[in-house]
Amino acid sequence: MSAPKRVGQHTIQFANPPVIVATATVVGPKEGEGPLGNTFDMVIDDSYFGEETWEKAERKMLEEAVKMVIAKAQLKPQDIDYLLAGDLLNQTISANYAARSLGIPFLGLYGACSTMYEGMALAAMLIDGGFAHHVVAACSSHYDTAERQYRFPTEQGVQRPPTAQWTVTGAGAVLMAPAGNGPRITHATIGRVLDVGIKDPNDMGSAMAPAAVDTIVRHFQDTGRGPVDYDLIITGDLGRVGHEIATKLLGEQKYDVSKNYSDCGILIFDHERQDTHAGGSGCACSAVVFAGHLMGKLNDGTYKRILGVGTGALLSPTATQQGESIPGIGHGVVIEKL
Amino acid sequence: MSIVMAFLIGGLICLVGQLIMDLTPYKVTPAHILVGFVTGGAILSALGLYGPLVKIGGAGATIPISGFGHNLAQGTLEAVQAKGLLGAFSGGITAGAAGIAAAVIFGFTMAVLFNPRG
Amino acid sequence: MADNNKQAGPPKKPLTLAEQVKQQKQTYDQQAYQRLADSVKPRPRVVVNALNAFWIGGSISALAQVITLVFTSAGLNTRDAASATVIIMVFIGAFLTGLGIYDEIGKVAGAGSIIPITGFANSIVAPAMEYKREGFVFGVAARMFNIAGPVLVYGFIVSVLIGLIAYFLK
Repeated sequence: MSAPKRVGQHTIQFANPPVIVATATVVGPKEGEGPLGNTFDMVIDDSYFGEETWEKAERKMLEEAVKMVIAKAQLKPQDIDYLLAGDLLNQTISANYAARSLGIPFLGLYGACSTMYEGMALAAMLIDGGFAHHVVAACSSHYDTAERQYRFPTEQGVQRPPTAQWTVTGAGAVLMAPAGNGPRITHATIGRVLDVGIKDPNDMGSAMAPAAVDTIVRHFQDTGRGPVDYDLIITGDLGRVGHEIATKLLGEQKYDVSKNYSDCGILIFDHERQDTHAGGSGCACSAVVFAGHLMGKLNDGTYKRILGVGTGALLSPTATQQGESIPGIGHGVVIEKL
Repeated sequence: MSIVMAFLIGGLICLVGQLIMDLTPYKVTPAHILVGFVTGGAILSALGLYGPLVKIGGAGATIPISGFGHNLAQGTLEAVQAKGLLGAFSGGITAGAAGIAAAVIFGFTMAVLFNPRG
Repeated sequence: MADNNKQAGPPKKPLTLAEQVKQQKQTYDQQAYQRLADSVKPRPRVVVNALNAFWIGGSISALAQVITLVFTSAGLNTRDAASATVIIMVFIGAFLTGLGIYDEIGKVAGAGSIIPITGFANSIVAPAMEYKREGFVFGVAARMFNIAGPVLVYGFIVSVLIGLIAYFLK
């Protein structure tokens, strides 16, 4: 009765690993000035992106990223079977409104900051299952839209605590196909929602780290692999706090990841120079780091096989105000340049 | 001299607020600080403890939001003396009227004139 | 971590659904985890923050005192000078917020720019500007009092209570 494309308890092993044919990234000015600035396709020079509101700017970034990735693959929107996209705003309006103008059959996702990996895992399933030829997975986030939804108005004079993270302004899109040139998605380990009782919305790294660790450990158990089998293990947006906790938790379970474990939230900003405290966060954080920096390293052969874990803090301002703790999730995807 | 005293008293009040924010759990937000200081200032004032601070510090005691609480409390107390029970209701808000009206008018004007920069 | 990687035959007694869920979950002792997180978390720079709050809050107060002195020397009595100063300071706070400067001060000053009345003005203008796109009734006017509203509510409650107590003790 066992499903033929599964290994272990929770991991999918694709029979014909889908190929990431193209990726595209659009980021905000601050991300453009960061250490990975030259890995992005497009850096906008104003957080409004020529629009009246930040919400519209975020939507436009997402649209641009999707259009760009389709163009890079030399395809047309009508060639795309499904668009899987999501974002952080209430009712995922960036994705819904972007899909309105793109006209591609659309499945909206919400995985908080893990949305990109959720989308890539699902896209790979759709393709390997034979349900689609071309699938675009995409997501976006915007510092100013997230700030006003989750925290304070942007002009409010408040001090951010040192554990706070900076929402990445940007959008990333990944186009996948059954064949072609490019790195392949070989495995996916879907995350479980884990809540360790952290209630501080300014400390999402601590809230999400156990969920990421849970996924990584299950992935290792299911596949029989260990940290040495990967050139890089990279989490989405645990930031410096969550990264340190995750390293310790993995160490407690006898997985030494001290050499090859990093986090997109740490890579994307220079926290000393850019005043981003514990690091980057948001859907776009793992999306643009993967679609820009990591794809570059996979394509030039620096990395042969990486385990990416998109992390999400599944909180809402309402739940936080009502004193609920923050559940976390982590979706693991193995990307391999064969 | 009064400027130096204003600096010291105003600075100290803010320092206390900062320590409360940094040394207590994350739940103490700027909104809680403002609410706490306005009620704290009003209570201290009613107990006769804030008045001396205003004498020493001048604007250093009246410009922090606790000074607004002081203003409300003193306005109420005076109005109770003059008008009795009605004063208990009208006194505080009357005393704070200038600040509140200014905040609403300037707040609205700025919101019309400017857009947030992010 | 339950070592449930390999299925070693059927379990002796079938587990209830609740037990299965429990076994599936990688459980953490919440308090132990909180201790781990606390050991990793960077602390706020208490001394630096306190000094910044002190000197910036102090400077705002000193500026207000200068304005008060100007008003009194122009012939206003102490009380009117204080009211006029409040109006000027509220204007300054609101204007700097409009220009996008006040939040930059706030990053450094913390309570030093929250507690002075300029911070109260900032807490009014920031949401009012931010929610302009949601219209002038539900946006600007309704959101204006996000933070200022509670301040006024509790300020008024306390002042009326003080008045009632004073009246009945008299």
